[in-house]
Amino acid sequence: MVLTVQDVKKSFPGAEGEVPVLRGVSLTLERGETLALTGESGSGKSTLLHLIGGLDRVDGGSITVAGREITDMSDTDRAALRRTDVGVIFQQFNLIPSLTVEANIAFQARLAGTYDVAHAKRLSAALGLTDHLLKYPEALSGGQQQRVAIARTLTARPKLVLADEPTGNLDEATAAEVLGQMLALVRETGAGLLMVTHSQSVARRMERHVHLSQGHVV
Amino acid sequence: MTWVTLTALLSHWRCNRLQFFALVAGLALATALWSGVQAINAEARASYDAAAATLGEGQFDQLVPRSGDRIDQATYIALRRAGWQVSPVLEGRLRTNAGSVRLVGLEPLTAPGTIAPVGMSEDANLDDFLTRGVLFAAPDVADALGRTVAQRIITDPSIAPGVALTDIGVAQSLLDAEGRLSRLIVSPLQPMGLPPLEDIAPGLLRQPAQDAGADRLTDSFHLNLTAFGLLSFAVGIFIVHGTISLAFEQRRSMVRTLRALGVPLRTLIGLTVLELSLFALVAGGIGVALGYVIAAVLLPNVAATLQGLYGASVAGTLQLRPDWWLSGLAIAVLGTGLAASGALWAIARMPLLSSARPRAWAVASGVTARRLGALAVLLFLTGIGIAIWGQGLTLAFALLACLLIGAALILPLLLRSAVTLADRQARSAMWQWFWADTRQQVPGMSLALMALLLATAANVGVSTMVSSFRVTFVDFLDQRLAPELFIRIEDTAQSADLEAFLLTNASDVLPLLTVDTDVAGVPTELYGVRVGPTYRENWLFLDDTPDVWDRVEAGRAVVVSEQLARRAGLWTEDTVTLAPDLTLPIAAIVADYGNPLGQALIAEPLFRQLYPDVVPVSFGVRSDDPDRLRRTLTEEYGLPDAAITDQARIKAFSLEVFERTFTVTGALNVLTLAVAAFAILMSLLTLASIRVPQLAPAWALGLTRRRLGQLELLRAVVLALVTTVLAIPLGLMLAWVLLAYVNVEAFGWKLPIYLFPAHYAMLTVFALAAAALAALWPAIRLARTPPSDLLKVFANDR
Repeated sequence: MVLTVQDVKKSFPGAEGEVPVLRGVSLTLERGETLALTGESGSGKSTLLHLIGGLDRVDGGSITVAGREITDMSDTDRAALRRTDVGVIFQQFNLIPSLTVEANIAFQARLAGTYDVAHAKRLSAALGLTDHLLKYPEALSGGQQQRVAIARTLTARPKLVLADEPTGNLDEATAAEVLGQMLALVRETGAGLLMVTHSQSVARRMERHVHLSQGHVV
Repeated sequence: MTWVTLTALLSHWRCNRLQFFALVAGLALATALWSGVQAINAEARASYDAAAATLGEGQFDQLVPRSGDRIDQATYIALRRAGWQVSPVLEGRLRTNAGSVRLVGLEPLTAPGTIAPVGMSEDANLDDFLTRGVLFAAPDVADALGRTVAQRIITDPSIAPGVALTDIGVAQSLLDAEGRLSRLIVSPLQPMGLPPLEDIAPGLLRQPAQDAGADRLTDSFHLNLTAFGLLSFAVGIFIVHGTISLAFEQRRSMVRTLRALGVPLRTLIGLTVLELSLFALVAGGIGVALGYVIAAVLLPNVAATLQGLYGASVAGTLQLRPDWWLSGLAIAVLGTGLAASGALWAIARMPLLSSARPRAWAVASGVTARRLGALAVLLFLTGIGIAIWGQGLTLAFALLACLLIGAALILPLLLRSAVTLADRQARSAMWQWFWADTRQQVPGMSLALMALLLATAANVGVSTMVSSFRVTFVDFLDQRLAPELFIRIEDTAQSADLEAFLLTNASDVLPLLTVDTDVAGVPTELYGVRVGPTYRENWLFLDDTPDVWDRVEAGRAVVVSEQLARRAGLWTEDTVTLAPDLTLPIAAIVADYGNPLGQALIAEPLFRQLYPDVVPVSFGVRSDDPDRLRRTLTEEYGLPDAAITDQARIKAFSLEVFERTFTVTGALNVLTLAVAAFAILMSLLTLASIRVPQLAPAWALGLTRRRLGQLELLRAVVLALVTTVLAIPLGLMLAWVLLAYVNVEAFGWKLPIYLFPAHYAMLTVFALAAAALAALWPAIRLARTPPSDLLKVFANDR
């Protein structure tokens, strides 16, 4: 099991006190498995993704990633977990604008100390980025930038890939193409994929589908 | 991980080279101005220290003649025989073909331990010094001396510039002063039960340590230079702060990404500090080098100024002293830390999941401006409290800091208010947009405008101070140098004969009788003056009572200098005791700039009654034809020409010295203004990338790119104009604090403040020109922005 989420609760402060966002969510994910997490706006999808990625802390329950319980981990240990075991793909790409495409792709793997030039080249070629390696992100289209973000994540060979609306900023055709490439490469690396999406068509391409509503899995 | 993260952080600067240049250049300029001024100060202080160490000035008590300037050698021998541990010194000017050298004769066997040329231990032993006639000379005069005297010359850099030291016997021979001494240095260790000085040498006066040094005189000049250097540094730090804030704002999303990818916060902050420290060291190094150049260019003028104003010798060449270049680097690192502290704090506090959308750096809320305004008011209130109740030099500087920081902090609020006012008057849509857009730009440009405010205020303040000093000093010279000729003789026996000759040949003769004494516990020069029209018509008082000169002439009152009055806590109508049975009221207070000693003036008859043995060796002489009188004195009476001083020449020389002072302060003024213009240029250039999305809608609605460029230029000039107008009263307050508080606290005299409206108008024009020049390039760039770049603003997908 690459991910186990057990009865996770999370609230945020609001104008009238604490507002519960997650009210006891549980789910699991196997290595090599793909899971779509859907739900209406404000249902807690992104919050759950951030908690799993160690970007935020739970109020209750537990999360185990790659066999390690992360809920009580220090900030430093959670940072280390993100470097080595978890890859996050954001809707806004979050590339480093001052690094070339090639340096961006290599970045997380180099942080984790697992950079493999051949692997990075193969991923770049598979994502159609070979001709753009020396460019800076601002010179690329949105679809190309998202491909770079996917390549950056997969080059580091994470055990768990978390994707937050990775095609939300792309047009339909480009989104379908990028998604296809991402799913193929994730399967190839054997990582588990948890993808937050609004799109039912995207969700249908995942092996499993979990729907969140008012902080519960339904 | 560390290296990869550092590479990512540094890559920001590679892609934003202009920003990097702004950071390094701002820091380098700030350090340059600071370390340049410090270099000048350090060099001057080193020269004084060398003088003090080699000549014993200021370190030890000294015995000096009560009248005249020579001591008979027999008096010295009598004192030694009575057990007094004193050492003789003879000083005089030795003419060489390259000007005159101050020759000092010492007696090494009796001189206190630290008074000796450092080079003695290396190049010549004591035997050489005593028997073979060696002269230890400062490097600047060694060659000229070598061509003039037969003795061996040893160059010794530790000796004060323009000075040579030798054995007293050699000095007596070279100065043609056999059997004569100038002063006696009193060793701090004296045997018990010494007979009183009055019994053995009644003609000598013991002058306490410290008062002989030039330090106090020149401190005023150095203090002002240091204050100026600090202000210039503050201007530079505003640039650095602006650049770092912008860079951190632009890197906000990168920081979030790095943290999301697994870089711990501590590592990120540590690497950021390392990155900035490296930049600070590099920029600081460049700044120190630039500072050295500035100091090297200005030092000859500073040296001439100090020499002329206060008679202090400063070497005209610069040495690389480790203390000042290290302090330059240290202040660069400290300044960067100060400028970056806010940004680092923001990183440390930034939630990992905060929005990565680049917050428009320029769009700071009005709340911030109001908070800064409130802080400024608090600082102003503190300043007013200090002005009313505070005392001491530290508090005087605290007052300056409250004033300047408060003014800088309140500037954004005042600019917003001014723009809002203009907005209300706007009728057309374009001008409404212009003022609204200008208000939006105020926060982004406020740091650069604060730099301009401080630079212009410093310029106004220092110029007002120096100009007021000049006006006051010229008046002072007119007052003190009223007699057309001034005569000083060496031989007291000649005094009566000379006075008789002068009385028949000049229209008025003013003998100057003087003794050094203590009045109200303050070392004071007591003068006996012949009250007449010259004093009555020319002397101006800081404070006086009716019939000053009548009362002084009648022996019923005394005039004292401002220094004496302030130090002794006296003012007009208070009384002072001049002798055991003579206490007189103070009739007037007179300014006496640049003199560390107090002065008291009484009428000649009263002085002669108190000191019957003192005869005048100095005379002021009034004449309708000073040239003819001078010829008569030299040709008929046989007075050496060197004994006569033409007062007009002294005035001309003093004014020339002031022009040199202006060269120094003028150069620093121009540099500071240039730094402020650079700040505006950099902020406009760095804001340019943010400006495109803001201007694109206006372009799309019909404003041409050329028109947008013109409006950008106009905006910079308008903001600079408001800032400069605010800087003038601030600068005047700065001058007022310097003249009325800092000067009194530091030196005991207060200078009147004069206004120079023409100079301020000229400065406003310069400041506007600097702002317009700085805004020109960014405006041209904006006017040439390709339409495709403007269109990108409206494109959602690329």
